[in-house]
Amino acid sequence: MGRVGEMTELAVTRIMLRVNGQMHEMEIDPRTSLLDALREHLHLTGTKKGCDHGQCGACTLLINGRRINSCLTLAVMHEDDDIVTVEGLGAPEALHPLQAAFIERDALQCGYCTSGQICSALGMLAEVKAGWPSHVTADVTAATGALTDAEIRERMSGNICRCGAYPNIVAAIRDIAEEALR
Amino acid sequence: MQAAVAAVSRTGAKFISGGTNLLDLMKLEIERPTHLVDISRLPLKQVDDLPDGGIRIGAQAANSAVAAHARVRALYPALSEALLAGASGQLRNKASIGGNLLQRTRCPYFYDTAAACNKRDPGAGCAALGGFNRIHAVLGASDACIATHPSDMAVAMSALEARIELLSRDRSTRCVAIDDFYRLPGSTPHIDTVWQPGELITAVILPPPPPGGQRYRKVRDRASYEFALVSVAAVIATDRETITAARVAFGGVAHKPWRSFEAEAALRGRLATLTTYEAAADVAMRSAVGRGQNDFKIVLAKRTLCRTLADAAQIAAERPS
Repeated sequence: MGRVGEMTELAVTRIMLRVNGQMHEMEIDPRTSLLDALREHLHLTGTKKGCDHGQCGACTLLINGRRINSCLTLAVMHEDDDIVTVEGLGAPEALHPLQAAFIERDALQCGYCTSGQICSALGMLAEVKAGWPSHVTADVTAATGALTDAEIRERMSGNICRCGAYPNIVAAIRDIAEEALR
Repeated sequence: MQAAVAAVSRTGAKFISGGTNLLDLMKLEIERPTHLVDISRLPLKQVDDLPDGGIRIGAQAANSAVAAHARVRALYPALSEALLAGASGQLRNKASIGGNLLQRTRCPYFYDTAAACNKRDPGAGCAALGGFNRIHAVLGASDACIATHPSDMAVAMSALEARIELLSRDRSTRCVAIDDFYRLPGSTPHIDTVWQPGELITAVILPPPPPGGQRYRKVRDRASYEFALVSVAAVIATDRETITAARVAFGGVAHKPWRSFEAEAALRGRLATLTTYEAAADVAMRSAVGRGQNDFKIVLAKRTLCRTLADAAQIAAERPS
Protein backbone atom coordinates (compact mmCIF):
# COMPACT_ATOMS: atom_id res chain seq x y z
CA MET A 1 0.00 0.00 0.00
CA GLY A 2 1.26 3.47 -0.81
CA ARG A 3 1.51 5.68 2.25
CA VAL A 4 0.08 9.15 2.36
CA GLY A 5 2.64 11.61 1.06
CA GLU A 6 4.89 8.92 -0.39
CA MET A 7 6.30 9.79 -3.79
CA THR A 8 5.08 7.50 -6.50
CA GLU A 9 6.31 7.37 -10.07
CA LEU A 10 3.89 9.23 -12.31
CA ALA A 11 2.53 7.00 -15.00
CA VAL A 12 1.19 8.58 -18.15
CA THR A 13 -1.36 6.98 -20.41
CA ARG A 14 -2.25 7.99 -23.94
CA ILE A 15 -6.00 7.98 -24.53
CA MET A 16 -8.52 9.11 -27.10
CA LEU A 17 -11.75 10.76 -25.99
CA ARG A 18 -14.71 11.69 -28.18
CA VAL A 19 -16.08 14.94 -26.83
CA ASN A 20 -18.94 16.76 -28.53
CA GLY A 21 -18.34 14.68 -31.64
CA GLN A 22 -14.63 15.50 -31.87
CA MET A 23 -11.79 13.09 -31.16
CA HIS A 24 -9.10 14.29 -28.78
CA GLU A 25 -5.83 12.52 -28.07
CA MET A 26 -4.22 13.22 -24.73
CA GLU A 27 -1.51 11.97 -22.41
CA ILE A 28 -2.75 11.88 -18.85
CA ASP A 29 -2.08 10.39 -15.46
CA PRO A 30 -4.51 7.44 -15.40
CA ARG A 31 -5.92 8.72 -12.11
CA THR A 32 -7.25 11.87 -13.80
CA SER A 33 -10.98 12.34 -13.41
CA LEU A 34 -13.00 12.90 -16.55
CA LEU A 35 -13.80 16.36 -15.19
CA ASP A 36 -10.13 17.31 -14.84
CA ALA A 37 -9.28 15.82 -18.24
CA LEU A 38 -11.90 18.06 -19.87
CA ARG A 39 -11.07 21.20 -17.94
CA GLU A 40 -7.30 21.00 -17.51
CA HIS A 41 -6.27 19.13 -20.66
CA LEU A 42 -8.89 20.05 -23.26
CA HIS A 43 -9.68 23.43 -21.68
CA LEU A 44 -13.39 22.74 -21.97
CA THR A 45 -14.23 24.71 -18.84
CA GLY A 46 -17.99 24.74 -19.33
CA THR A 47 -18.20 21.68 -17.10
CA LYS A 48 -17.72 23.04 -13.58
CA LYS A 49 -15.89 21.68 -10.56
CA GLY A 50 -17.93 22.32 -7.43
CA CYS A 51 -17.47 19.82 -4.63
CA ASP A 52 -15.45 17.23 -6.61
CA HIS A 53 -17.24 14.53 -4.57
CA GLY A 54 -20.48 13.89 -6.46
CA GLN A 55 -22.59 15.96 -4.10
CA CYS A 56 -23.30 19.16 -6.03
CA GLY A 57 -23.88 18.12 -9.66
CA ALA A 58 -21.97 21.07 -11.19
CA CYS A 59 -19.83 18.62 -13.20
CA THR A 60 -22.79 16.80 -14.77
CA LEU A 61 -22.39 15.85 -18.41
CA LEU A 62 -23.81 13.24 -20.76
CA ILE A 63 -22.15 9.91 -21.53
CA ASN A 64 -23.92 8.08 -24.36
CA GLY A 65 -26.94 10.26 -23.60
CA ARG A 66 -27.03 9.48 -19.87
CA ARG A 67 -26.13 12.05 -17.22
CA ILE A 68 -23.31 11.35 -14.78
CA ASN A 69 -21.03 13.23 -12.36
CA SER A 70 -17.75 13.65 -14.27
CA CYS A 71 -15.81 14.20 -11.03
CA LEU A 72 -16.42 10.62 -9.89
CA THR A 73 -15.17 8.77 -12.94
CA LEU A 74 -11.77 8.34 -14.55
CA ALA A 75 -11.11 9.67 -18.05
CA VAL A 76 -9.37 6.41 -19.01
CA MET A 77 -12.66 4.56 -18.46
CA HIS A 78 -14.45 6.51 -21.22
CA GLU A 79 -12.41 5.90 -24.38
CA ASP A 80 -15.29 4.24 -26.21
CA ASP A 81 -17.95 6.66 -25.08
CA ASP A 82 -19.76 9.57 -26.63
CA ILE A 83 -19.18 12.48 -24.24
CA VAL A 84 -21.34 15.60 -24.50
CA THR A 85 -20.61 18.68 -22.41
CA VAL A 86 -22.49 21.98 -22.25
CA GLU A 87 -20.21 23.25 -25.05
CA GLY A 88 -21.73 20.59 -27.30
CA LEU A 89 -25.32 21.67 -26.73
CA GLY A 90 -25.41 25.18 -28.09
CA ALA A 91 -23.38 28.31 -28.77
CA PRO A 92 -24.06 31.96 -27.88
CA GLU A 93 -25.40 32.57 -31.38
CA ALA A 94 -27.35 29.29 -31.51
CA LEU A 95 -28.60 28.44 -28.03
CA HIS A 96 -30.10 25.10 -27.14
CA PRO A 97 -33.82 25.60 -26.33
CA LEU A 98 -33.09 24.79 -22.67
CA GLN A 99 -30.28 27.36 -22.54
CA ALA A 100 -32.70 29.93 -23.98
CA ALA A 101 -35.33 28.90 -21.43
CA PHE A 102 -32.86 29.38 -18.57
CA ILE A 103 -32.21 32.95 -19.77
CA GLU A 104 -35.90 33.63 -20.38
CA ARG A 105 -36.85 32.35 -16.91
CA ASP A 106 -33.87 33.94 -15.12
CA ALA A 107 -33.04 30.45 -13.83
CA LEU A 108 -29.70 31.41 -12.32
CA GLN A 109 -27.95 33.98 -10.24
CA CYS A 110 -24.21 33.29 -10.14
CA GLY A 111 -24.48 30.71 -12.91
CA TYR A 112 -21.87 28.29 -11.58
CA CYS A 113 -24.28 25.36 -11.36
CA THR A 114 -26.03 26.19 -14.63
CA SER A 115 -24.13 24.01 -17.09
CA GLY A 116 -24.58 21.06 -14.75
CA GLN A 117 -28.27 21.90 -14.34
CA ILE A 118 -28.75 22.02 -18.10
CA CYS A 119 -26.89 18.78 -18.85
CA SER A 120 -28.69 17.09 -15.97
CA ALA A 121 -32.10 18.30 -17.14
CA LEU A 122 -31.50 16.98 -20.65
CA GLY A 123 -30.40 13.63 -19.26
CA MET A 124 -33.42 13.66 -16.95
CA LEU A 125 -35.83 14.35 -19.82
CA ALA A 126 -34.33 11.42 -21.75
CA GLU A 127 -34.97 9.22 -18.71
CA VAL A 128 -38.59 10.40 -18.53
CA LYS A 129 -38.98 9.75 -22.24
CA ALA A 130 -37.68 6.21 -21.68
CA GLY A 131 -40.41 5.71 -19.06
CA TRP A 132 -38.13 5.55 -16.02
CA PRO A 133 -39.96 5.99 -12.71
CA SER A 134 -38.69 8.20 -9.86
CA HIS A 135 -38.88 8.25 -6.08
CA VAL A 136 -42.07 10.35 -6.23
CA THR A 137 -43.75 8.13 -8.82
CA ALA A 138 -46.79 6.82 -6.94
CA ASP A 139 -46.71 3.29 -8.33
CA VAL A 140 -43.56 1.91 -9.94
CA THR A 141 -45.51 -1.07 -11.28
CA ALA A 142 -47.62 1.25 -13.46
CA ALA A 143 -46.58 3.40 -16.42
CA THR A 144 -45.08 6.72 -15.37
CA GLY A 145 -47.45 9.68 -15.51
CA ALA A 146 -47.07 13.38 -16.23
CA LEU A 147 -43.85 15.24 -15.51
CA THR A 148 -45.16 17.29 -12.60
CA ASP A 149 -43.13 19.91 -10.73
CA ALA A 150 -42.71 17.36 -7.93
CA GLU A 151 -41.24 14.91 -10.46
CA ILE A 152 -38.88 17.57 -11.86
CA ARG A 153 -37.69 18.52 -8.35
CA GLU A 154 -37.08 14.92 -7.31
CA ARG A 155 -35.34 14.00 -10.55
CA MET A 156 -33.13 17.12 -10.38
CA SER A 157 -32.14 16.66 -6.71
CA GLY A 158 -28.56 15.78 -7.68
CA ASN A 159 -27.98 19.40 -8.76
CA ILE A 160 -27.50 21.95 -6.01
CA CYS A 161 -28.08 25.66 -6.65
CA ARG A 162 -26.65 27.60 -3.74
CA CYS A 163 -28.26 30.81 -5.01
CA GLY A 164 -31.62 29.08 -4.67
CA ALA A 165 -32.86 29.62 -8.21
CA TYR A 166 -34.84 26.39 -8.02
CA PRO A 167 -38.33 27.80 -8.82
CA ASN A 168 -37.05 29.29 -12.05
CA ILE A 169 -34.97 26.22 -12.91
CA VAL A 170 -38.12 24.10 -12.61
CA ALA A 171 -39.99 26.64 -14.76
CA ALA A 172 -37.30 26.61 -17.47
CA ILE A 173 -37.33 22.82 -17.61
CA ARG A 174 -41.13 22.78 -17.69
CA ASP A 175 -41.05 25.23 -20.63
CA ILE A 176 -39.20 22.82 -22.89
CA ALA A 177 -40.46 19.52 -21.43
CA GLU A 178 -43.47 19.06 -23.64
CA GLU A 179 -41.43 19.59 -26.81
CA ALA A 180 -38.55 17.46 -25.51
CA LEU A 181 -40.81 14.58 -24.54
CA ARG A 182 -42.82 14.56 -27.77
CA MET B 1 -13.70 -12.15 -16.10
CA GLN B 2 -10.88 -14.54 -15.26
CA ALA B 3 -8.39 -11.94 -16.50
CA ALA B 4 -9.96 -9.36 -14.17
CA VAL B 5 -9.78 -11.72 -11.21
CA ALA B 6 -6.14 -12.51 -12.05
CA ALA B 7 -5.26 -8.81 -12.40
CA VAL B 8 -6.76 -7.88 -9.06
CA SER B 9 -4.63 -10.47 -7.25
CA ARG B 10 -1.73 -7.97 -7.08
CA THR B 11 -1.29 -6.67 -3.56
CA GLY B 12 -3.28 -3.51 -2.97
CA ALA B 13 -5.23 -3.78 -6.22
CA LYS B 14 -8.96 -3.14 -6.33
CA PHE B 15 -11.74 -3.48 -8.83
CA ILE B 16 -13.35 -0.28 -10.05
CA SER B 17 -16.82 -0.28 -11.51
CA GLY B 18 -19.00 2.84 -11.28
CA GLY B 19 -16.35 4.39 -9.06
CA THR B 20 -18.83 6.71 -7.34
CA ASN B 21 -17.84 5.56 -3.85
CA LEU B 22 -14.29 4.32 -4.44
CA LEU B 23 -13.02 7.47 -6.19
CA ASP B 24 -14.66 9.65 -3.55
CA LEU B 25 -12.81 7.70 -0.85
CA MET B 26 -9.56 7.76 -2.85
CA LYS B 27 -9.66 11.55 -3.07
CA LEU B 28 -9.85 11.60 0.72
CA GLU B 29 -7.03 9.00 0.98
CA ILE B 30 -9.32 6.66 2.90
CA GLU B 31 -9.03 4.08 0.13
CA ARG B 32 -5.47 3.84 -1.24
CA PRO B 33 -5.34 1.09 -3.86
CA THR B 34 -2.05 0.57 -5.69
CA HIS B 35 -3.78 -0.55 -8.88
CA LEU B 36 -7.31 -0.33 -10.22
CA VAL B 37 -8.81 -3.00 -12.45
CA ASP B 38 -11.68 -1.61 -14.55
CA ILE B 39 -14.50 -4.16 -14.61
CA SER B 40 -17.19 -1.74 -15.79
CA ARG B 41 -17.22 -3.10 -19.34
CA LEU B 42 -17.49 -6.78 -18.43
CA PRO B 43 -20.60 -8.38 -19.96
CA LEU B 44 -22.46 -8.39 -16.63
CA LYS B 45 -25.17 -5.79 -17.26
CA GLN B 46 -28.10 -8.04 -18.13
CA VAL B 47 -31.21 -8.70 -16.08
CA ASP B 48 -32.26 -12.24 -16.99
CA ASP B 49 -35.33 -14.30 -16.11
CA LEU B 50 -34.55 -17.57 -14.34
CA PRO B 51 -36.43 -20.85 -14.89
CA ASP B 52 -37.68 -20.84 -11.29
CA GLY B 53 -39.44 -17.49 -11.80
CA GLY B 54 -36.70 -15.41 -10.21
CA ILE B 55 -34.25 -13.06 -11.90
CA ARG B 56 -30.49 -12.73 -12.20
CA ILE B 57 -29.18 -9.17 -12.10
CA GLY B 58 -25.72 -8.69 -13.59
CA ALA B 59 -23.39 -6.99 -11.11
CA GLN B 60 -22.33 -4.35 -13.64
CA ALA B 61 -25.88 -3.21 -14.36
CA ALA B 62 -26.41 0.45 -13.43
CA ASN B 63 -28.64 1.15 -10.43
CA SER B 64 -30.91 3.27 -12.65
CA ALA B 65 -31.26 0.56 -15.30
CA VAL B 66 -32.32 -2.01 -12.72
CA ALA B 67 -34.76 0.42 -11.04
CA ALA B 68 -36.42 1.06 -14.42
CA HIS B 69 -36.34 -2.55 -15.63
CA ALA B 70 -39.85 -3.78 -16.48
CA ARG B 71 -39.47 -7.16 -14.73
CA VAL B 72 -37.98 -5.60 -11.59
CA ARG B 73 -40.81 -3.05 -11.41
CA ALA B 74 -43.46 -5.72 -11.94
CA LEU B 75 -42.10 -8.47 -9.68
CA TYR B 76 -39.89 -6.68 -7.17
CA PRO B 77 -41.32 -3.15 -6.80
CA ALA B 78 -39.70 -2.76 -3.37
CA LEU B 79 -36.29 -3.14 -5.02
CA SER B 80 -37.16 -0.55 -7.64
CA GLU B 81 -38.39 1.82 -4.91
CA ALA B 82 -35.26 1.29 -2.82
CA LEU B 83 -32.96 1.99 -5.77
CA LEU B 84 -34.93 5.15 -6.63
CA ALA B 85 -34.73 6.32 -3.02
CA GLY B 86 -30.93 6.21 -3.12
CA ALA B 87 -28.44 8.83 -4.30
CA SER B 88 -29.19 11.10 -7.30
CA GLY B 89 -30.07 10.54 -10.95
CA GLN B 90 -26.44 11.03 -12.00
CA LEU B 91 -25.07 8.63 -9.39
CA ARG B 92 -27.67 5.96 -10.12
CA ASN B 93 -26.62 6.05 -13.79
CA LYS B 94 -23.02 5.30 -12.85
CA ALA B 95 -23.22 3.18 -9.71
CA SER B 96 -23.29 -0.56 -10.33
CA ILE B 97 -25.28 -3.17 -8.45
CA GLY B 98 -22.13 -4.92 -7.20
CA GLY B 99 -20.61 -1.61 -6.13
CA ASN B 100 -23.76 -0.62 -4.29
CA LEU B 101 -23.48 -3.81 -2.21
CA LEU B 102 -19.87 -3.00 -1.32
CA GLN B 103 -20.21 0.72 -0.59
CA ARG B 104 -18.69 1.90 2.67
CA THR B 105 -20.41 3.55 5.61
CA ARG B 106 -21.07 7.31 5.62
CA CYS B 107 -20.11 7.64 9.31
CA PRO B 108 -18.50 11.11 9.47
CA TYR B 109 -15.66 9.77 11.62
CA PHE B 110 -14.85 7.13 9.00
CA TYR B 111 -14.61 10.01 6.51
CA ASP B 112 -12.52 12.24 8.81
CA THR B 113 -8.95 10.94 8.64
CA ALA B 114 -8.08 13.02 11.73
CA ALA B 115 -10.67 11.16 13.86
CA ALA B 116 -10.37 7.74 15.50
CA CYS B 117 -12.10 5.03 13.49
CA ASN B 118 -11.70 1.27 13.91
CA LYS B 119 -13.24 0.68 10.51
CA ARG B 120 -10.67 2.82 8.72
CA ASP B 121 -7.75 2.20 11.06
CA PRO B 122 -8.23 -1.01 13.13
CA GLY B 123 -7.39 -0.48 16.81
CA ALA B 124 -7.62 3.33 16.64
CA GLY B 125 -10.88 3.53 18.59
CA CYS B 126 -14.33 4.86 17.73
CA ALA B 127 -14.93 8.59 17.89
CA ALA B 128 -18.64 8.07 17.19
CA LEU B 129 -19.26 6.35 20.55
CA GLY B 130 -18.93 9.60 22.48
CA GLY B 131 -19.36 11.88 19.51
CA PHE B 132 -22.09 13.06 17.18
CA ASN B 133 -23.91 9.77 16.76
CA ARG B 134 -27.33 10.85 15.60
CA ILE B 135 -27.09 8.79 12.39
CA HIS B 136 -25.56 5.69 13.97
CA ALA B 137 -26.65 2.12 14.68
CA VAL B 138 -29.08 1.00 17.36
CA LEU B 139 -28.99 -2.73 16.56
CA GLY B 140 -26.07 -5.17 16.41
CA ALA B 141 -23.43 -2.53 17.12
CA SER B 142 -20.32 -3.09 19.26
CA ASP B 143 -18.01 -1.01 21.42
CA ALA B 144 -15.66 -0.97 18.44
CA CYS B 145 -18.08 0.45 15.86
CA ILE B 146 -21.59 1.89 15.67
CA ALA B 147 -21.55 2.67 11.94
CA THR B 148 -24.50 1.83 9.69
CA HIS B 149 -24.59 0.34 6.21
CA PRO B 150 -25.71 3.10 3.83
CA SER B 151 -27.40 1.13 1.04
CA ASP B 152 -31.12 1.32 0.35
CA MET B 153 -30.94 -1.34 -2.34
CA ALA B 154 -29.44 -3.95 -0.02
CA VAL B 155 -32.31 -3.49 2.46
CA ALA B 156 -34.89 -4.38 -0.18
CA MET B 157 -32.68 -7.24 -1.35
CA SER B 158 -32.54 -8.51 2.21
CA ALA B 159 -36.34 -8.67 2.43
CA LEU B 160 -36.40 -10.34 -1.00
CA GLU B 161 -33.80 -12.93 0.12
CA ALA B 162 -31.26 -12.11 -2.58
CA ARG B 163 -28.17 -14.21 -3.06
CA ILE B 164 -24.81 -12.76 -4.09
CA GLU B 165 -22.89 -14.67 -6.77
CA LEU B 166 -19.10 -14.46 -6.49
CA LEU B 167 -16.34 -15.67 -8.78
CA SER B 168 -13.04 -16.46 -7.08
CA ARG B 169 -9.42 -16.64 -8.15
CA ASP B 170 -9.56 -20.44 -8.46
CA ARG B 171 -12.43 -20.07 -10.97
CA SER B 172 -14.98 -21.43 -8.53
CA THR B 173 -18.32 -19.70 -8.04
CA ARG B 174 -20.19 -19.41 -4.78
CA CYS B 175 -23.52 -17.92 -3.80
CA VAL B 176 -24.03 -16.24 -0.44
CA ALA B 177 -27.39 -15.27 1.03
CA ILE B 178 -27.39 -11.48 1.49
CA ASP B 179 -28.08 -11.86 5.21
CA ASP B 180 -24.85 -13.89 5.52
CA PHE B 181 -22.92 -11.63 3.14
CA TYR B 182 -22.86 -8.70 5.56
CA ARG B 183 -21.13 -8.90 8.95
CA LEU B 184 -21.82 -7.27 12.28
CA PRO B 185 -18.90 -5.11 13.43
CA GLY B 186 -17.85 -7.09 16.54
CA SER B 187 -14.17 -6.43 17.20
CA THR B 188 -13.29 -6.32 13.46
CA PRO B 189 -15.42 -3.52 11.98
CA HIS B 190 -12.89 -2.96 9.19
CA ILE B 191 -14.38 -6.07 7.53
CA ASP B 192 -17.82 -5.19 6.14
CA THR B 193 -18.71 -8.45 4.39
CA VAL B 194 -17.63 -12.06 3.89
CA TRP B 195 -16.24 -11.09 0.47
CA GLN B 196 -12.79 -12.64 0.06
CA PRO B 197 -9.88 -10.74 -1.50
CA GLY B 198 -9.85 -11.24 -5.26
CA GLU B 199 -13.48 -12.30 -5.51
CA LEU B 200 -15.60 -10.67 -8.21
CA ILE B 201 -19.30 -10.14 -7.63
CA THR B 202 -20.86 -11.36 -10.85
CA ALA B 203 -24.59 -11.20 -10.08
CA VAL B 204 -27.38 -10.81 -7.58
CA ILE B 205 -29.92 -13.59 -7.78
CA LEU B 206 -33.47 -12.98 -6.64
CA PRO B 207 -35.70 -15.97 -5.94
CA PRO B 208 -39.30 -15.75 -7.20
CA PRO B 209 -41.02 -12.81 -5.52
CA PRO B 210 -42.65 -13.64 -2.18
CA PRO B 211 -46.47 -13.46 -2.21
CA GLY B 212 -48.12 -10.22 -1.14
CA GLY B 213 -47.62 -6.48 -1.37
CA GLN B 214 -44.15 -4.96 -1.28
CA ARG B 215 -43.09 -1.55 -0.05
CA TYR B 216 -39.85 0.32 0.64
CA ARG B 217 -40.12 3.42 2.81
CA LYS B 218 -37.20 5.71 3.59
CA VAL B 219 -37.15 8.39 6.30
CA ARG B 220 -34.43 11.01 6.05
CA ASP B 221 -33.51 14.59 6.90
CA ARG B 222 -34.19 15.83 3.35
CA ALA B 223 -36.90 14.80 0.90
CA SER B 224 -34.34 13.63 -1.65
CA TYR B 225 -30.67 12.80 -2.14
CA GLU B 226 -29.91 11.89 1.48
CA PHE B 227 -29.07 8.71 3.34
CA ALA B 228 -31.71 7.02 5.46
CA LEU B 229 -32.13 7.72 9.14
CA VAL B 230 -34.38 4.69 9.09
CA SER B 231 -35.81 2.70 6.23
CA VAL B 232 -38.01 -0.37 5.99
CA ALA B 233 -38.57 -2.94 3.27
CA ALA B 234 -41.72 -4.93 3.94
CA VAL B 235 -43.61 -7.66 2.15
CA ILE B 236 -46.95 -8.79 3.53
CA ALA B 237 -49.49 -11.33 2.28
CA THR B 238 -52.98 -11.58 3.71
CA ASP B 239 -55.87 -13.99 3.44
CA ARG B 240 -58.97 -11.97 4.21
CA GLU B 241 -57.72 -10.07 7.30
CA THR B 242 -55.07 -12.56 8.44
CA ILE B 243 -51.37 -12.21 7.67
CA THR B 244 -50.17 -15.38 5.95
CA ALA B 245 -46.57 -14.33 5.25
CA ALA B 246 -44.35 -11.34 5.99
CA ARG B 247 -40.82 -10.12 5.34
CA VAL B 248 -39.23 -7.24 7.22
CA ALA B 249 -35.84 -5.59 6.79
CA PHE B 250 -34.59 -2.29 8.24
CA GLY B 251 -31.99 0.13 6.89
CA GLY B 252 -30.10 2.86 8.73
CA VAL B 253 -30.19 1.04 12.07
CA ALA B 254 -27.29 -1.42 11.89
CA HIS B 255 -23.94 -2.34 10.34
CA LYS B 256 -25.91 -4.41 7.81
CA PRO B 257 -29.39 -4.49 6.33
CA TRP B 258 -31.32 -5.70 9.38
CA ARG B 259 -33.66 -8.55 8.56
CA SER B 260 -36.04 -9.03 11.46
CA PHE B 261 -37.10 -12.66 11.56
CA GLU B 262 -38.57 -11.94 15.00
CA ALA B 263 -40.92 -9.30 13.60
CA GLU B 264 -41.92 -11.62 10.78
CA ALA B 265 -42.83 -14.36 13.29
CA ALA B 266 -44.84 -11.83 15.29
CA LEU B 267 -46.86 -10.95 12.17
CA ARG B 268 -47.64 -14.40 10.76
CA GLY B 269 -51.11 -15.71 11.59
CA ARG B 270 -52.21 -12.45 13.19
CA LEU B 271 -54.78 -9.94 12.01
CA ALA B 272 -53.44 -7.23 9.70
CA THR B 273 -54.10 -4.38 12.13
CA LEU B 274 -52.08 -1.58 13.69
CA THR B 275 -52.08 -3.47 17.00
CA THR B 276 -50.31 -6.39 15.32
CA TYR B 277 -47.85 -4.08 13.56
CA GLU B 278 -47.02 -2.29 16.81
CA ALA B 279 -46.42 -5.58 18.58
CA ALA B 280 -44.11 -6.69 15.74
CA ALA B 281 -42.30 -3.35 15.91
CA ASP B 282 -41.70 -3.79 19.65
CA VAL B 283 -40.28 -7.25 18.99
CA ALA B 284 -38.07 -5.95 16.17
CA MET B 285 -36.54 -3.27 18.41
CA ARG B 286 -36.39 -5.33 21.62
CA SER B 287 -32.57 -5.49 21.60
CA ALA B 288 -32.09 -1.93 20.30
CA VAL B 289 -29.65 0.28 22.21
CA GLY B 290 -29.45 4.03 21.71
CA ARG B 291 -26.21 5.96 22.10
CA GLY B 292 -27.75 9.25 23.13
CA GLN B 293 -28.28 11.29 20.00
CA ASN B 294 -29.70 8.34 18.04
CA ASP B 295 -32.23 7.21 20.67
CA PHE B 296 -34.99 8.60 18.45
CA LYS B 297 -34.22 5.97 15.82
CA ILE B 298 -35.76 3.24 17.97
CA VAL B 299 -39.13 5.00 18.04
CA LEU B 300 -38.78 6.12 14.42
CA ALA B 301 -38.00 2.57 13.25
CA LYS B 302 -41.10 1.23 15.01
CA ARG B 303 -43.36 3.88 13.49
CA THR B 304 -41.80 3.45 10.05
CA LEU B 305 -42.36 -0.30 10.24
CA CYS B 306 -46.04 0.14 11.16
CA ARG B 307 -46.60 2.60 8.31
CA THR B 308 -44.73 0.45 5.78
CA LEU B 309 -46.61 -2.71 6.79
CA ALA B 310 -49.92 -0.87 6.45
CA ASP B 311 -48.89 0.35 2.98
CA ALA B 312 -47.78 -3.14 1.94
CA ALA B 313 -51.01 -4.70 3.22
CA GLN B 314 -53.04 -2.16 1.26
CA ILE B 315 -50.99 -2.91 -1.86
CA ALA B 316 -51.59 -6.62 -1.29
CA ALA B 317 -55.32 -5.95 -1.18
CA GLU B 318 -55.31 -3.68 -4.24
CA ARG B 319 -52.88 -5.62 -6.45
CA PRO B 320 -53.40 -9.33 -5.74
CA SER B 321 -50.37 -11.25 -7.02
